[in-house]
Amino acid sequence: MARHRGRGIASVNYPVGMNLGGDPSQALVHSNPSGKFTVALSSIDLGQGMKSVTRQICAETLGVPVEDVYVDTADSDTGPHCMGSFASRGTHRVGNAVMAAAREARGVMMEAAAEELEVNATDLETDGRGNIHVKGAPHRSISTKDVAIAAQFKQGKTISGRGIFLVPLSDVDPETGEMSPATCYAHACLVAEVEVDDETGEVAMVRMDSAYELGRALNPRLVEQQLVGGAWMGVSHALYETPEPYYPDPGHGPRDFVEYLMPGPGDICPHDIAVLERPAPDGPFGAKGPGEMCANPVLPAIANAIFNAVGVRIDDLPITPEKVLRAIKAQGGARPQPRR
Amino acid sequence: MAKTALQFRHNGRDVAMFVDGGTNLLVALRELIGDMTPKFGCGQGGCGTCSVLIDGELHLSCLTLAETVAGRSVETLDGMKDGPDLHPLQRAFADNFAAQCGYCTPGMLMAAKALLDRNPQPSRAEVVEAISGNICRCTGYEPIINAVLSAASGGRARA
Repeated sequence: MARHRGRGIASVNYPVGMNLGGDPSQALVHSNPSGKFTVALSSIDLGQGMKSVTRQICAETLGVPVEDVYVDTADSDTGPHCMGSFASRGTHRVGNAVMAAAREARGVMMEAAAEELEVNATDLETDGRGNIHVKGAPHRSISTKDVAIAAQFKQGKTISGRGIFLVPLSDVDPETGEMSPATCYAHACLVAEVEVDDETGEVAMVRMDSAYELGRALNPRLVEQQLVGGAWMGVSHALYETPEPYYPDPGHGPRDFVEYLMPGPGDICPHDIAVLERPAPDGPFGAKGPGEMCANPVLPAIANAIFNAVGVRIDDLPITPEKVLRAIKAQGGARPQPRR
Repeated sequence: MAKTALQFRHNGRDVAMFVDGGTNLLVALRELIGDMTPKFGCGQGGCGTCSVLIDGELHLSCLTLAETVAGRSVETLDGMKDGPDLHPLQRAFADNFAAQCGYCTPGMLMAAKALLDRNPQPSRAEVVEAISGNICRCTGYEPIINAVLSAASGGRARA
């Protein structure tokens, strides 16, 4: 009876958002007379950072400080339509919609500023600190606040913009059968190292090493928190969680946290992450976003690591001690594979 | 059923109410006092998000009968910050990205405070042990552990 170390690897080629086209999201951007901007979305921030990243995208596109942008996701009844926060689509789909809306709003803002400064709008630029000035002549300047006041009370303009991101439907080429089901792909590779106890069937995580390619990381700290937390969820799916142990029979499903197991703080392992940035041509500022891919490679990597450790191939999740033990017994004992 | 008069200290302030027999402390805090910082998660002591300190000791308010805190001192997350100033633990949670959806955060902060109040310089293993009764779905625990350690090493954790 012994504990066996094993190492497994898995790679993911991950299509961002829903496949086959469609998948729309809308955004509306408008300024208040104070020169601050509001982004209206129905997209939900459930902790992944949707509000932070759309705020950044809007501020960068408008050319105003990020502090001057407020993202309102309060109400899906009154907000512009969004398909939802799923399928790793938030940053890419909603980000693109926000960018389009902010671009239109910026056009109106620059026209309003041009009227105040009595110049052509194409001769103006933003300084990113809340001012608009004539290119090459920073002293010919007006604040975005004064532009917003002029638009509201003098010019009768609404500094606002509408944005939607809609993917064209993916048609199949009748000659070749070819199609392009996704807009862009993110990528990941993860190596999991585990220790399998051949007496109890228990699997302990030893460490993980991963590389994620997810376009430009618009907010590196948020990307990191997604990857760290998502990998934990991957471990949880691989080794602990199951809503329906006898799926598709829903019987004997867990009813509470005593029966629905998840790894606790004592079950985590060191995880070294490398983020690679290959900007997506169709992403907002090149972003694809981490999304579900945070968790996906962990499961096959752990299954492979268990095979490497004791020579049993479990293809049914979660990989519980019972399944590991039965498989080890069925093959007459642990058969450690060559260390890799 | 007859109601019972109950008085205790809530974040340093005396409160009084009438409770039904069997009312748990979580319901008393949320529905009778209006302190919404302890959350209802599982209602059976499995998740830790309802954690509060009773006379400085960590307790699950969903499993505590309200009447048992008569005359005692109950601390919740609502009393943690000092006016507009965040507690060092709250600041460390923000700096370390230790909250995502935020539902576990009240319980995590109370568990961490209970630890640092009795052990201002905990080891990593002691931090893990201290928050092991609290479930987090989002963070993978690592940022929470780091936040507690950084608050401790900052040496600013208040008693």
